[in-house]
Amino acid sequence: MAGILVYALHDDEGNFNKNSLGAISEAAKLSGEIGGDAAALVVGDIADDACASLGNYGAAKVYRAKSVPEGLAQPIVDAMAKVIQDEGISYALFGGGLLGFEIGAGLTARLNAGVTMEVTEVKVQDGKLVSERPILQDSQIADVGYVSEPGIIISRLNAFDTKETGGTAEVIDVEVELSPWSTKATMVQRGEQRGADVNIEDADILVGGGRGLGAAEGFKLAEELAESMGGAVAATRAVVDAGWYPYAAQIGQTGKTVAPKLYLAAGVSGAIQHKVGMQNSENILAINKDPNAPIFEFSDLGVVGDLHKIVPKLTEAIKAKKGG
Amino acid sequence: MKICVLVKEVPDAAVQKRIDPNTMRLDRGGEKNLNPFDTHALEAAMQIKEGGAIPVEEVVAVTMGPGSAVRALHKAVALGADRSVHLSDDALAGSDVCATGYSLAKVLESESPDLVLLGQQSDDGECYTIGAVVADHLRMPSLTQVIKIDVNDGKLRCERQAEYGYDTVEVELPAVISVGDAINEPRYPSLKAIMGAKKKPLDTKATGDVGIDGGMVGEAGSKTAVLALNPPPAKEAGEIIEDEDTNETVEKIVAWLDERKLI
Ligand SMILES: Cc1cc2nc3c(=O)[nH]c(=O)nc-3n(C[C@H](O)[C@H](O)[C@H](O)COP(=O)(O)OP(=O)(O)OC[C@H]3O[C@@H](n4cnc5c(N)ncnc54)[C@H](O)[C@@H]3O)c2cc1C
Ligand SMILES: Cc1cc2nc3c(=O)[nH]c(=O)nc-3n(C[C@H](O)[C@H](O)[C@H](O)COP(=O)(O)OP(=O)(O)OC[C@H]3O[C@@H](n4cnc5c(N)ncnc54)[C@H](O)[C@@H]3O)c2cc1C
Repeated sequence: MAGILVYALHDDEGNFNKNSLGAISEAAKLSGEIGGDAAALVVGDIADDACASLGNYGAAKVYRAKSVPEGLAQPIVDAMAKVIQDEGISYALFGGGLLGFEIGAGLTARLNAGVTMEVTEVKVQDGKLVSERPILQDSQIADVGYVSEPGIIISRLNAFDTKETGGTAEVIDVEVELSPWSTKATMVQRGEQRGADVNIEDADILVGGGRGLGAAEGFKLAEELAESMGGAVAATRAVVDAGWYPYAAQIGQTGKTVAPKLYLAAGVSGAIQHKVGMQNSENILAINKDPNAPIFEFSDLGVVGDLHKIVPKLTEAIKAKKGG
Repeated sequence: MKICVLVKEVPDAAVQKRIDPNTMRLDRGGEKNLNPFDTHALEAAMQIKEGGAIPVEEVVAVTMGPGSAVRALHKAVALGADRSVHLSDDALAGSDVCATGYSLAKVLESESPDLVLLGQQSDDGECYTIGAVVADHLRMPSLTQVIKIDVNDGKLRCERQAEYGYDTVEVELPAVISVGDAINEPRYPSLKAIMGAKKKPLDTKATGDVGIDGGMVGEAGSKTAVLALNPPPAKEAGEIIEDEDTNETVEKIVAWLDERKLI
């Protein structure tokens, strides 16, 4: 067996996901060390040149399953399992996100294969891949190896940088027979944008609001604070799921990745899936009433206290300072 | 229909979790609790049962774990499950996701559920994957991280957030659904339910009872191996302010921001 297969996720317009492209570049690097090709799997009717362009990120081959729909995991499990078995591929690699977890898990069952997740780095030991997987709230990093092939690697958001090398990939069409249970879930609507279309990616200063704001109305505090500093307001998935704030403002694994000059987190616990979207901020300031909140593990200034007491006074003080 | 809910016993949130360097497994000493995400799965089962859009004859809590895991089942029953099943066998110790998913699918198979509900993640392993592994073994459709379930014409209409926004997906039964914590606010068990929990039927099963191939489970049957444990890269600890006098706290924050030319 040889080679690494990457799932190349795309949106409804056919744009490939940046994390998938990073995973292709990583696969190209790793297959250079363990032998075999870096290949990508694309589902849906994506044009030849778009598929071939994945060669620019290091894919030697692109398997295209035209009849398989994008967006739900199980049909893609059918496609990947077929390619892995037919071509004798050694590893499947997924960029960070959500669908990769479901497809990777499905392959684990289908191929009786080992799986690692939240992987931040992959290294080669004795010609085999070993995943570096942070565990227990990132307090330790486990090196996890595979006792047999294939092995499934689901990486953490932004784990791998894209590397453009030039080149085009060979495009190979594959016919996939879907499993009966793979057609029993159907997409009614994909990628609905809930709430206003706000822009948080260009802001130098972001105030991130979490469940600690208490209610949708609590976001007023975050907005006033952001306004006093000329910044914008961002949010966690918990508050977006609750309908308190727009999805466009969400940071993290299934939201945006940002790196502002200041990220001020108010009532945000600092879950890994949030951290991966903002950990490269230049300065991180967190206000949280729980001294054990994980966010304090990666903030530059941590304030332990009730945000409802602190934030209004902070807004006033900043306004006063700017005015004076 | 019959709903099975997967529940897991995990170290209590207050316990500092650690890996035993000798076994490379989680040290499971100290206070334990029902995985908080699984209480949302139980609540979702109860709401489907009480909602009446589809008749639910039975809600069955299912766990795989050592003897102590019966407490997770008692909690699940106190939260509304009608009975519970405990898969317990020394042969299962040290199972990875591949082996755990296979074992859970086998015990579920013996129950023939119309719907399997589970939490989006466990508080200890945080692997996020068991639902999709179980589903493929059971040959059922599945969806994870679901925050809304409506039952319509014997089908489920589910919503969840994925990479590009919210997806609405229609899923036929039988199915496996993992739920996110935004799906509901779990109820508190009544004192009566807590007292009565130990009287509800509890089946204990060994691997042989549900046809589990011993070669595919436990540490020996697992497909991953922890080779080493390392500390994360050292990071300079941030400054911490305890808010005692809020005016003073605010002064300190403003000074910190000012020093870094952020205001
Ligand atoms: C596959 C997957 C993808 C995910 N994607 C994302 C994502 O893209 N983005 C994301 O953010 N999350 C994501 N999550 C969810 C993530 O795991 C957390 O659940 C979420 O980030 C928690 O949001 P929160 O911090 O607002 O809420 P909580 O975790 O509930 O934290 C609230 C915090 O507020 C504090 N607090 C409460 N009251 C006060 C007060 N008065 N004053 C000060 N502090 C207070 C509490 O101490 C607590 O720490 C994802 C999860 C999964 C499994
Ligand atoms: C720190 C740590 C890291 C680990 N990393 C890996 C790894 O990288 N790869 C790997 O293959 N294994 C790993 N494992 C082992 C893995 O956690 C176990 O196999 C575990 O039983 C399943 O994973 P989970 O609970 O994290 O699953 P998740 O997918 O996070 O759990 C989701 C849901 O599945 C249900 N569930 C999970 N386990 C059970 C159970 N025993 N009984 C009933 N319901 C259950 C619960 O409803 C739970 O909410 C790790 C374990 C630990 C402690």
